[in-house]
Amino acid sequence: MDDWRNGGFGLYVHWPFCQAKCPYCDFNSHVTARIDQTKWAEAYRRELLRAAPQLSGRVLNTIFFGGGTPSLMHPDTVATVIDAAREIWPFSNDIEISLEANPTSVEAGRFVGYRDAGVNRISMGVQALNDEDLRRLGRMHSVSEARAAFDVARNCFDRVSFDLIYARQGQTIETWKAELNDALSMAIDHLSLYQLTIEAGTAFGDRYERGTLRDLPSDDNAADMYLATQEICEAHGLPAYEVSNHARPGAESRHNLIYWRYGDYLGVGPGAHGRLTLGGDRYATETYLQPGAWMEAVISGSGEAQRTLLSKDDASAEFLMMGMRLVEGLDMGRYRNISGKDLPADRIAHLVDLGMVETRDDRLIATDDGRAVLNAILRELLVE
Amino acid sequence: MTELDKIRNFSIVAHIDHGKSTLADRLIQETGTVEDRDMKEQLLDSMDIERERGITIKANTVRIDYKAENGETYVLNLIDTPGHVDFAYEVSRSMRAVEGSLLVVDSTQGVEAQTLANVYQAIDADHEIVPVLNKIDLPASDCDRVAEQIEDVIGIDATDAIQVSAKTGQGIRETLEAIVHKLPAPSGDRDAPLKAMLVDSWYDAYLGVIVLVRIMDGTLKKGMRVKFMSNGTLHHVDRIGVFRPAMQAVDVLGPGEIGFLTASIKQVRDTRVGDTITNDRNGTELALPGYKPAQPVVFCGLFPVDSAEFEDLRDAIDKLALNDASFSYEMETSAALGFGFRCGFLGLLHLEVIRDRIEREYNIELITTAPSVVYHVYMKGKEGIEGEMIELHNPADMPDMSKVDHIEEPRIKATILVPDEYLGDVLKLCQDRRGIQEDLTYAGSRAMVVYDLPLNEVVFDFYDRLKSVTKGYASFDYQMTGYREDNLVKMSVLVNDEPVDALSMMVHRDRAEMRGRAMCEKLKDLIPRHMFKIPIQAAIGGKVIARETLSALRKDVTAKCYGGDATRKRKLLDKQKAGKKKMRQFGKVDIPQEAFISALKMDS
Repeated sequence: MDDWRNGGFGLYVHWPFCQAKCPYCDFNSHVTARIDQTKWAEAYRRELLRAAPQLSGRVLNTIFFGGGTPSLMHPDTVATVIDAAREIWPFSNDIEISLEANPTSVEAGRFVGYRDAGVNRISMGVQALNDEDLRRLGRMHSVSEARAAFDVARNCFDRVSFDLIYARQGQTIETWKAELNDALSMAIDHLSLYQLTIEAGTAFGDRYERGTLRDLPSDDNAADMYLATQEICEAHGLPAYEVSNHARPGAESRHNLIYWRYGDYLGVGPGAHGRLTLGGDRYATETYLQPGAWMEAVISGSGEAQRTLLSKDDASAEFLMMGMRLVEGLDMGRYRNISGKDLPADRIAHLVDLGMVETRDDRLIATDDGRAVLNAILRELLVE
Repeated sequence: MTELDKIRNFSIVAHIDHGKSTLADRLIQETGTVEDRDMKEQLLDSMDIERERGITIKANTVRIDYKAENGETYVLNLIDTPGHVDFAYEVSRSMRAVEGSLLVVDSTQGVEAQTLANVYQAIDADHEIVPVLNKIDLPASDCDRVAEQIEDVIGIDATDAIQVSAKTGQGIRETLEAIVHKLPAPSGDRDAPLKAMLVDSWYDAYLGVIVLVRIMDGTLKKGMRVKFMSNGTLHHVDRIGVFRPAMQAVDVLGPGEIGFLTASIKQVRDTRVGDTITNDRNGTELALPGYKPAQPVVFCGLFPVDSAEFEDLRDAIDKLALNDASFSYEMETSAALGFGFRCGFLGLLHLEVIRDRIEREYNIELITTAPSVVYHVYMKGKEGIEGEMIELHNPADMPDMSKVDHIEEPRIKATILVPDEYLGDVLKLCQDRRGIQEDLTYAGSRAMVVYDLPLNEVVFDFYDRLKSVTKGYASFDYQMTGYREDNLVKMSVLVNDEPVDALSMMVHRDRAEMRGRAMCEKLKDLIPRHMFKIPIQAAIGGKVIARETLSALRKDVTAKCYGGDATRKRKLLDKQKAGKKKMRQFGKVDIPQEAFISALKMDS
């Protein structure tokens, strides 16, 4: 059995357009006035047909529309993609089809259309429950608008998640706890709670470099916020299942689990990445980043810009890096299969002594404290 | 062979940047010794490092033919000497080979500490001295003031000082005339047995060791057999010649002349500077007074960053040592840094030059441990027998204090010239470094202070601090004065309860707490947080004198990591892995390389 079957098979569709670029975002997003939806729908369809022959015989577990802002897609465009996928791969009975949406009234108006196209899960970028902070984060919506859009969503879909960003400028542990409790009273079955990360090359990154991004919580305060987040969500029945993701048991994002369980995924759309096992070898795929360049490439045959064979070391490093994010931890037997060797026993013993990891039934699991310093754990485990 | 009265041998004495090399370039150019198209800046500095840093490290020499105003042609031999204190021994040996000096002083700056040290060496060697005021093309030039200063500070007559701009060429002919008419011709007896002074020697990949000689008596010819008097070795002279400044073969060198010989000698170590070379049979009985060999005064460990490069480092050090007898080394093992070498240098500049050459010419990345001086550790005697004295080159080797009677440290006499307004800061700096003031005088608006200081307090960053508190206006020179007992102890540093040998140091007992605290605080900033808290302690023997705790890392995780991030984050992790590899592991603690040097820099 190919190793990827332990994680499943999903389809990621990247919609690269936004109404505005957020100052913390380093994703592949572009602001354009006019978009020819029919042309884009056709391009996605062609990409799926191109990839199909080498991925035959698979059952599709999930589809995820990410971006950019996929809630700017016309419901017909979404339907074209879903229908094309269904013609190629049999869908699993419980297929999860998610779409990321901005919480505005305009976009909420398209929710029924998305549902009719086959979408069964919405993930909303609420980001903050405080208007001042939403403005600072460069968001175009207000809290009341977000709440209204959320109500529309919960009437259309059984599964609704939303994102918040914390450890924001001026935030204290107390204000965050209050905001989180507020969010949990709204939440249905899933929450993504991200600590603000200052990425180089973003507006926040530039301001950080210049020293004008003030009042960010200290590392210690951010660590306290992280631990408080774990406790509060757990108490509300939404325990963490990944570093930044919380769900009622059974309501985890199955698409994202494919990434973290190191399954296979096909990525289509500008700048989409994929991991595909072909002939027993794992490949990393990448499409053209710029929307125009991608479109031209698709028209002339293939949007794929790069396909790289992953070495045993690279694949096992990725497996470890992704798997350790999960509360369920990772299967050390799979690590052995992928890398051809065992994880270093002495390093694991040291990490167990420090209370950073546990081992159970041949699984390696980061503790709550360990997940907060996961990069340090990975450095420890990966350095020869 | 040149008639004695047509020879003039001289050197140039100057402070760094006062234009010595440029003046030498002009003298060479003016006399047509080098074709214009072959001229380049700092012609005599052949090493890259010399040109880059604008300093002269090795003594160089050039023979110039000059047709003087009186119609006669003279042979002028210039020995260009290093100006820096580290290379004072090079200066002293070169001075003995010539009869006069040009004293070059920047007319916009005045006399500096280095000028003094070198000019006194020239006076010691009984030189006739011709003062030259350089850079007169600059608006800030003030010849009268500087001439007066030369008379006040150095005590030589500067009324006939030559005004020169080495840059524009003004005054160059006057300088050449002064060399001919003011400097004495050498003396010597052509018919006596050969007596030649070994001035310097260096290794050449094609010719083997090249020996720079000054003939005192007799003649040196190609094909002769000669004897090196210090060790009695015999050599067959393959070739002799002069520098113009490229090597040019000649048939014979007579009294007063300066040139080179090669004799299939393999190692620079086989040629002792100051040695007397004579005929193998019927040679002179009377050797020239020799020089004392240069002693390393500063020691440090050099370790390859990549421990796999140890053999490459050994090879590089062996090769450099072939050409530099003043540089000593022995293998060293450090728990922290693995295999490396404990090396001895003439001073900090010498250390930097050697380190740079290893890194650059041999492409080996190095970890340099904190420089240390040589302590004299006197062990306790037993039953009336006096205890032995151990020369301590590395604080890590300090014997058990209970067996030690007392410790002596090297002292220096430091001369600092500084504009009035910075004097207070300079005095404070010297005082902070356990200095004892010996003299304070004024020359115009500049003060000259003389301090007796422990070398230990100077080797690390004294010069940097001095430059910084005086905005670069102070000049500094020193000479070793000997050893003196003081209350010295070994301070060790423990990270996570493990001693880090590369960080241990000798300190004065009264300053130990302060240094210990400063060190622990520095290390706390330099060591990255780990997944556990790390105590950092300074201790004398078993007694902890300072302590800091580096708190545990609590947050280091990527918030978002989805399918598209896998490649990017993996590469980031690879980079971090590489960074971790560059650190040194102490028990379970990773210490970055820069900590080994930075931790020892003092801020006071």
